[in-house]
Amino acid sequence: MIYSEQLPILLMIFPLFAAFAISVTGVFHTRYCYPVAVCALIGSLYTSVGVLFEVLEKGVIHYRLGGWPPPFGIEYVIDYLNGLVLVVVSFVSLGAVIFSKESVKQELPDKIPQFYTLFVLLVTGLLGMTVTGDAFNLYVLLEISALATYALIAMGKGRAMFSSFIYVIMGTLGACFYLLGVGHLYIMTGSLNMGDLYTLMPDLYASHAILVAFLLILVGIWIKMAFFPLHGWLPNAYTYAPTATSCLIAPLMTKVSVYIMIRIMFSTFSPAFVFNTFAAANVIVWMAVAAIIGGSILALAQTDFKKMLTYLIVAEVGYMVGGIWLANRHGITGAILHIVNDALMTLCLFLVVGIIVYKTKGHQFNNMQGLYKKMPITMAAFTIGALSMIGVPPTAGFFSKWYLILGAIDSGQWSFMAALLFSSLVNAVLFFRVIEIGYFEPFADHHGHGHHDGAAIAIDEAPLSMLAPLVVVALSLIILGVYAGYIVTNVIQFAVPAGI
Amino acid sequence: MDTVTSIKPVLAVLASLIAVVPIIMSGTKPNLRETWTFAAGIIKFGIIASMIPLILNGTVIEYSLIEVLPGIAIRFRVDGLGMLFALVASTLWIATSAYSIGYMRGLKEHSQTRYFSFFAIALSATIGVAFAANLFTLYLFYEMLSLATYPLVTHHQDEEARASGRKYLLYILGTSIGFVLPAMLICYSLAGTLEFANQGFLAGTGSKGLMTFLLVLLLFGFAKAAIMPLHSWLPAAMVAPTPVSALLHAVAVVKVGVFSIIRVITGVFGTDLLLSLHLGTFIIYLASITILVGSLIALSQDGLKRRLAFSTIAQLSYVVLGVGLLSPKGMIGGMAHIAMHAFGKITLFFCAGAIFVATGKKNISEMVGIGRKMGFLSKWYLVLGSLEAQQMPILFVLLTSSLLNAAYFMPVVYKAFFCAPEEALFSNPVREAPPFCVVPLVITAFISIILLFYPQPFFRLASVMVQNITGM
Repeated sequence: MIYSEQLPILLMIFPLFAAFAISVTGVFHTRYCYPVAVCALIGSLYTSVGVLFEVLEKGVIHYRLGGWPPPFGIEYVIDYLNGLVLVVVSFVSLGAVIFSKESVKQELPDKIPQFYTLFVLLVTGLLGMTVTGDAFNLYVLLEISALATYALIAMGKGRAMFSSFIYVIMGTLGACFYLLGVGHLYIMTGSLNMGDLYTLMPDLYASHAILVAFLLILVGIWIKMAFFPLHGWLPNAYTYAPTATSCLIAPLMTKVSVYIMIRIMFSTFSPAFVFNTFAAANVIVWMAVAAIIGGSILALAQTDFKKMLTYLIVAEVGYMVGGIWLANRHGITGAILHIVNDALMTLCLFLVVGIIVYKTKGHQFNNMQGLYKKMPITMAAFTIGALSMIGVPPTAGFFSKWYLILGAIDSGQWSFMAALLFSSLVNAVLFFRVIEIGYFEPFADHHGHGHHDGAAIAIDEAPLSMLAPLVVVALSLIILGVYAGYIVTNVIQFAVPAGI
Repeated sequence: MDTVTSIKPVLAVLASLIAVVPIIMSGTKPNLRETWTFAAGIIKFGIIASMIPLILNGTVIEYSLIEVLPGIAIRFRVDGLGMLFALVASTLWIATSAYSIGYMRGLKEHSQTRYFSFFAIALSATIGVAFAANLFTLYLFYEMLSLATYPLVTHHQDEEARASGRKYLLYILGTSIGFVLPAMLICYSLAGTLEFANQGFLAGTGSKGLMTFLLVLLLFGFAKAAIMPLHSWLPAAMVAPTPVSALLHAVAVVKVGVFSIIRVITGVFGTDLLLSLHLGTFIIYLASITILVGSLIALSQDGLKRRLAFSTIAQLSYVVLGVGLLSPKGMIGGMAHIAMHAFGKITLFFCAGAIFVATGKKNISEMVGIGRKMGFLSKWYLVLGSLEAQQMPILFVLLTSSLLNAAYFMPVVYKAFFCAPEEALFSNPVREAPPFCVVPLVITAFISIILLFYPQPFFRLASVMVQNITGM
């Protein structure tokens, strides 16, 4: 069937065309921006679920853009790994876009078309990075999404502009490193197609150029994913970004970067090269330990709820990088599962922040006083998200931690296991501190001071367009937890490279 | 040993969990809301009671709910020990619900809907622990219980509750994440399974050093058992309303702790393995120290609830001690003590609460002459003090602590009955507590006395369990 053959490109076409449509219709009327974006992302979710099922049924899909054969044209490859990541990306972005309606109206009333244009472009870039099987095409899409992100962050107030500028510098550096590495590969092999590189390179593994290329690409991706100590740009950029922006970028950007790292490590290079020739797995696991502990301790020092969450993202990146570099089945399974779980946990918590910002105009801890009484549903969802971050069964977070710790035991990396437990305990402290504020401290009247123009919003439960995605995401954390075994045996099992 | 598959254990767990929905929905109609609580309690008790005959025959009821990870399922398994514990918890839930109504309404407490909802969730978690077939399921419900009791412990939402809640979570959640989780994963990595087996699943999988390390992690990890030095959350958690202290801190929570330890000793390590490694002695030392120190500290407490808390700490270690002896008799005694202590201690807590509702007094030194005014109520102290002294006089430790038990309960009895009341101490006329407070307390007290003379039901359940373990 023609339609199903074209699925891999369709899932990108929806948001790409929506970007044009929004920017054009936005000139005439801003009313249509939101529905067009929502429809486009529903289309993306629908097609990516279709693609995943196609992969589950028939195996890996190869799609040639314009019908050009691989080394010359761009090829899209979808296997178990990115089939799963695609569904996560499109699900999270759909949740974020549905949520954004009221928040964008409140925070960016005069930039609605610009916001939604960039928003869907960013999703296009993320989906593209996930499907592409071409190392250079990946760079292009990386830049598309990065440029969209810079602008989306800079729309925020206060320090947003400056934070975005730092992100521009760091992000560009990362992209340069990546491009430089790809350049090395092209000089050595004459190909940019990942599958092609995979077959061409084994003869060249002894070459220093290949080693340098791998290192450059790795560092480039690490900057993009804010791997400690290259994380400096992330906390401010994500904290000062507009609410609707951070709901999209916080769950997805780092996770897609982790996915790219896996893709480069196992499908462009090979496990044999990465773990035997490169032979730095131990060092990198130690770096991941530093990331987890560093991120957790920095999170402890915050008094701003949103900023605390951004430091936790840094720690969570350590989970995934460490899990992959444990170089065993359990560890990699845990890392891939954590891509899914962490995307949803982070989304859940950032949606809660979004609602709190919408209602109380701030994201300090103080803004949460007494909210359990005022917004029981929001806070219940927050509690589920928090428990998942701590890793309490049966929420999703427990199960990825389970695999990661098993992986650590398998490789005898006790420091990584200790770091994971430490981070769980720190998360418990962090989140119960917030829960205490919301639960014990009386609702204070200082909320929303500073706007006496009569536009003050009563502090009660959030509007449906915000609450619905939040509730769905919170419930999905429990469902994902209960069905973690199903996902592992049916999808992730096949995504882990054979021979590990 | 026969095995029967039946969904009953799942239903027993779900009964009170499902009840949370109607409880919340009828939050504005207190009478209807409490009806739901009672309905769920009676259904739960009925389901559990209906399984007794099979269990007494030595049959084991099993049910696999869902396989959450390859090889690891949420699985339920009802055996003698689980049945014993579930029976105690579900009986006392009904009594406590009645008592809660008297207490909460008597004191016009706030957020009663939240209170009854989380109480129901906590009960589900308790039954879940009782019927857990593997360490994973047990851990899941153990954590669920920790979190469901947090809002109950901190019910008053004041500074004291906040500090105690913090301590509670630090001890309970900290140890379960920091100790039990890694221990569980190491066990899984060693044995490839987490299913409780009659002689454990760890035999022959690791060195003595590793086994000792795992045992320490698991003994202290289940900090709800309040083995010293991880006991101080229990007195702190006494800030909770008295029915919570009664059910959760004399019955459900702390018993879940010792229950988990029994499962670890019998189902994870197995008595043979522990005997061959001489680790039983280690458990006995830990428990003995806790018993003696706990009893001594109880002597010095003036707050009635705090005195009871330290007494609980000591009594919990009786159970651990009994099972740690690793002999059939010791294990039966230890397991049966779960039931004995539960009925005795809950009555004592009910008394403490009834005194507080009627007079507003929390300290023993203030209770001068209450006994004369409150009739038969406090007489139970005497009876119960002697009841606790009767348990398992097998060791010097126990004898000493029994003397201490008598020593710490007698002053209460003496002050309340024999000292002339100083009228100035009581601002309000002292009278008997509301009927909803008194009736459950009389019932549990009667059961305690009956158990003193006729403890066979629980002993039979315990011996069924021990027979299954030892294969005799």
